[in-house]
Amino acid sequence: MLRSDEPVEDRQPDLERLRELARRVRVESVRAVARAKAGHPGGSLSATDLLVALYFTELNIRPDEPRWDGRDRYVHSKGHACEALYATMALRGYFPLEELETFGRLNSRLQGHPDMTRLPGLDMSSGALGVGFTGAVGIAMGSRLRGSNERTWVMLGDGECQEGVVWEAAFIAGRYRLDNLVAIVDFNELQQTGWAGTDPTRREAPWEFEALAGHWAAAGWAVHETDGHDFPAILGAFERARSVTGRPVVIIARTTKGKGVSFMEANSLWHARVPTEDELADAVRELDEAI
Amino acid sequence: MKQFSGEATLGRGSLRDAFAVTITKLADERSDIALLDGDNANSSQAEMFAAAHPDRFLQMGIAEQNMVGVAAGLATMGFMPFVSAYACFEVYRAHDQIRVLVSQTGLPVRLVGGSAGLLFGLAGKTHQTPDDVAVMRAMPGMTVIAPGDEIETRQVLRWALDYPGPLYLRLTRGTSTHLFDETYEFEFPRAVSLRDGSDVAILSTGVQTTRVLDALPEIEAAGYRPLVVHVPTLKPLDEDAIVEAAERTGRVVTVEDHSIIGGLGSAVSEVLSARRPTLVHRIGVQDVYAESATNDELLTKYGLSATAVARSTIDWLSAT
Repeated sequence: MLRSDEPVEDRQPDLERLRELARRVRVESVRAVARAKAGHPGGSLSATDLLVALYFTELNIRPDEPRWDGRDRYVHSKGHACEALYATMALRGYFPLEELETFGRLNSRLQGHPDMTRLPGLDMSSGALGVGFTGAVGIAMGSRLRGSNERTWVMLGDGECQEGVVWEAAFIAGRYRLDNLVAIVDFNELQQTGWAGTDPTRREAPWEFEALAGHWAAAGWAVHETDGHDFPAILGAFERARSVTGRPVVIIARTTKGKGVSFMEANSLWHARVPTEDELADAVRELDEAI
Repeated sequence: MKQFSGEATLGRGSLRDAFAVTITKLADERSDIALLDGDNANSSQAEMFAAAHPDRFLQMGIAEQNMVGVAAGLATMGFMPFVSAYACFEVYRAHDQIRVLVSQTGLPVRLVGGSAGLLFGLAGKTHQTPDDVAVMRAMPGMTVIAPGDEIETRQVLRWALDYPGPLYLRLTRGTSTHLFDETYEFEFPRAVSLRDGSDVAILSTGVQTTRVLDALPEIEAAGYRPLVVHVPTLKPLDEDAIVEAAERTGRVVTVEDHSIIGGLGSAVSEVLSARRPTLVHRIGVQDVYAESATNDELLTKYGLSATAVARSTIDWLSAT
């Protein structure tokens, strides 16, 4: 049922293993930001469970052969949240875990926003919001044109969905009924600044859920919803997405920005803040204790 | 310096039609060619391609930013996408997509900018592109080519099939007289001398080269013997040819249907200031937006007609 090139016995979703992998991705993400003294912890932590579920249960990929032509494609359109992507790829075997230490250093393959010309395994560059998504639509269209059956997955932020080009791309994917394309919206309800709300302790969400869902539906997409931190729910959403024909699918995943580190959770300050040494230690301790 | 010693065939042709006919024919030979249209195929004549290859004709609607991103995605899947739109929307509206997904990735996307330059007739300044070369030339890894006639357009398209990187092809609207005959062979990235001369080098690009040739009788009547060099490839530049032209004549005039900022005139000045300091007179759009008018009226007012080129050249030569 779950697609992978790994032997059948490894395909069973071992929920404990996925949770452990997600914990390690979170730890590595926060460490990477602290080491580089730059990065995007909040959006990395919200996307972590979705990335782990994709890379360890869903994507038909060969990490030791990253350019294998028959692979499923993945585009990280919310490219600023690349720490979680790099940590996930390292754990999946694309490159040694130690290479994460190069993040933020000169000559690294791990750029501040994903660069396909540097790191094999990236199917599209991204970072200027909305742009990666347009590339993903082109990839899915290419699969359709050449008659091959790999699937293209792409993740966007909910703030990213304010970019006009997202709706150009959504319209075209809907118009061409690209049912080989699945978009995941990391609906963490915070952007870098956003708008002050009536509640002084909380910024307003980039989108109201129903409004965002309505936009995708109006562009011709099947709209699914999931809890973006619950692995059975995520895996179920992936399976439902695969069963849809005649339309592209968007999974709007309800997540928490900064998930897993209490002082980062649901706080827009952690969109791009660097933890101090003490904060890093607290974050790692908290993540370790959660298991 | 490469020389064209044939005779221009009599007649006129449209770069736009040459593009549509040639890409349709090339797609018979090459199954990887896809044509993305920004909702102007009935103007660009890309409908010809749509009729012959409906599966590989991708109507992208009025959404140029996404169109460029889709082309990049297609390129990663083994296709050679040609993006056809009015140059103004392709270059400016979709600039970030070109930057991040084409220039920065080096993917073999072919950006075909139609109705480029000043000659968009009544459409006016929103649709004219007096600075597209400046913008595209500044992008690392981007190749910029402005063919001079329909014969060269066909040659460039065939050449482009085996070129591995990003490409911007600047096509002028309307018909223009031939510079070349069928013996001509486009040779990337070389400039080509069309007339030998000794006391001034006139370098031009795109269809503007036809108006330089039309200006020659008046310039020659004033006693000058210009070396005329057509520069189809604006990036990378045929630097050796430009230096040679300056060495042989001592004075250089550049002429282009483009702003004097950032286009051929700037590129030539950049090369000569480093390798062979030479006085350069840049004829082009003088850092202004133009307006709605007939093409002939625009050429006259903005100094690009044959007469205007001749007078500007003679005035400058007599003053230096």
